[in-house]
Amino acid sequence: MPRGASGLIVIGIGNPDRGDDAAGRCVARLVRPMLPDDVRVVEQDGEATALLACLDGVRAAFLIDACASGAPAGTVHRFDAAASPLPSGAFGLSTHGFGLAEGIELARALGQLPSVCVVYAIEGACFEIGAALSPPVRESLAGVASRLRAEFTGAHDLARKDAAHA
Amino acid sequence: MARKTIKVDFLARVEGEGSFKVVVRDGKIQSAELNIFEPPRFFEAFLRGRAFSEAPDITARICGICPVAYQMSAVHAMEDALGVSVTGPVRELRRLLYCGEWIESHTLHIYMLHAPDFLGYAGAIDMARDHGDIVRRGLSLKQVGNEILTLLGGREIHPINVRVGGFYRAPRRREFQALTERLKWARDAALETVRWTATLDFPECERDYTFVALRHATEYPLNEGRVVSNRGLDIAPAQYDDHFEELHVARSNALHSRFRDGGLYLVGPLARYSLNFDRLSPMARDAAREAGLGPVCNNPYRGIIVRAVEVLYACDEALRIIDAYEEPEQPFVAIEPRAGTGFAATEAPRGLLYHRYRLEPDGTIADACIVPPTSQNLATIEEDLTQFIGGWLDLPDDDLRHRCEQTVRNYDPCISCATHFLRLDLDRG
Repeated sequence: MPRGASGLIVIGIGNPDRGDDAAGRCVARLVRPMLPDDVRVVEQDGEATALLACLDGVRAAFLIDACASGAPAGTVHRFDAAASPLPSGAFGLSTHGFGLAEGIELARALGQLPSVCVVYAIEGACFEIGAALSPPVRESLAGVASRLRAEFTGAHDLARKDAAHA
Repeated sequence: MARKTIKVDFLARVEGEGSFKVVVRDGKIQSAELNIFEPPRFFEAFLRGRAFSEAPDITARICGICPVAYQMSAVHAMEDALGVSVTGPVRELRRLLYCGEWIESHTLHIYMLHAPDFLGYAGAIDMARDHGDIVRRGLSLKQVGNEILTLLGGREIHPINVRVGGFYRAPRRREFQALTERLKWARDAALETVRWTATLDFPECERDYTFVALRHATEYPLNEGRVVSNRGLDIAPAQYDDHFEELHVARSNALHSRFRDGGLYLVGPLARYSLNFDRLSPMARDAAREAGLGPVCNNPYRGIIVRAVEVLYACDEALRIIDAYEEPEQPFVAIEPRAGTGFAATEAPRGLLYHRYRLEPDGTIADACIVPPTSQNLATIEEDLTQFIGGWLDLPDDDLRHRCEQTVRNYDPCISCATHFLRLDLDRG
């Protein structure tokens, strides 16, 4: 099946050249070979309108981004964004103040939020331009990829069942 | 003494970080100041010592909303320094790329940043709950701009296909097929956008601005033209420094621009439109008239309609360019480095963007000067606040604060570009 045919999407968000902000993209790259071919895996800079375009028509979305909530670096948070908004202030703002949290709320307001929308947020330590991932964040990536893969096993079976009955 | 201070600590729905403070004494505006605390960016210093060929990619990083503007001003200034002229299909492709940026940037501002002010919402998300179809139209229209950038520039933000002399790769004609259909939809959506923005309520505020914009012999200005004003200025971009200066203002990490005689001026959609109404396409001109605009617009709040007219123009112009497109034999003009100084001004979505570079004999950048549109408008935004707020002082503080923010957002200020903004302090005494 072509990529995206399952209606499932993984979106790794961040700036690849700003230290731990690249964590979401790194997880997307790690998890891509672990997932069925019909799952779409994309990387984005987190701009809300582009994010909204990716969520359009999707059944389940799994998003990974870096965050700065004050927890120790490498801490992994899991949010059920379909159930409630992301906590304000933990995620970076993108251009003109529209970032991940705003993109999700815009999708919700427009009735375009997938019924499954999970956000993994990896606590970052360093967001300097040109910096590498910090060791605690680098060590957290494989664990997030494994958790995503486990989530996907359930979501993918569900999506195939939905597709068969559609 | 009656005293009141209106203070906005962080201006929302603008790009970058800043604030403003208005001080009122005995019912009169004593001062209105924009405080730009976005850190300085130092791009001009980064450019020194780099190769001339690196300027488009380095300067694109100044802004995620208008990277094409920075790339275009950079390549034109370099070509001016190096004695190269880009003509034919490659020149047309540059206009097409710029159309994409105008569509993307203007549509974001119209629908997501500015319309909530007119409709009484705190932001686009609240507006989307009640006006879902309108917001969806805006997002889809913006997406078409993104698609132009992706096709021509290689990606939506910070395009990678622009080089001094042209492009690394020119698209084949057939690659435009899908985009053409999308642009036909976008042109209809842009026309609807003009009609919709014309239904909004506008404060009756006009000022006798000094407009400054490019003017070209035949085209609505994007990449090229003379720098003109409605007060008789008519100069080549190379003469820009003879007529304009940048001044440091202690409260701002962004320089303020003025005429060398101290006069303030306005760049951006209002200026561009008012100096080039006759250069719009017939469809855009007709839509402007239908929306109640004359050939000159002095009401900055109606800038939202002007932006919509420019989006319509950009869609129309993009379709014209694609229809006439012939694949170039080579996507760029070969360039030999030499010593020289080059000047260029192009029309970023927010207005005139001036670049000047001095090159060493091997093409190394010895000196760079970049004057973004928001810097040129900062003093005029402060003047708008000073002149307009006096009529609104009987409003409750929250309404007055909102009106002040709306006034700043008329300009779609890009503070990140200009730092070189937003808290509101209103001191009523």
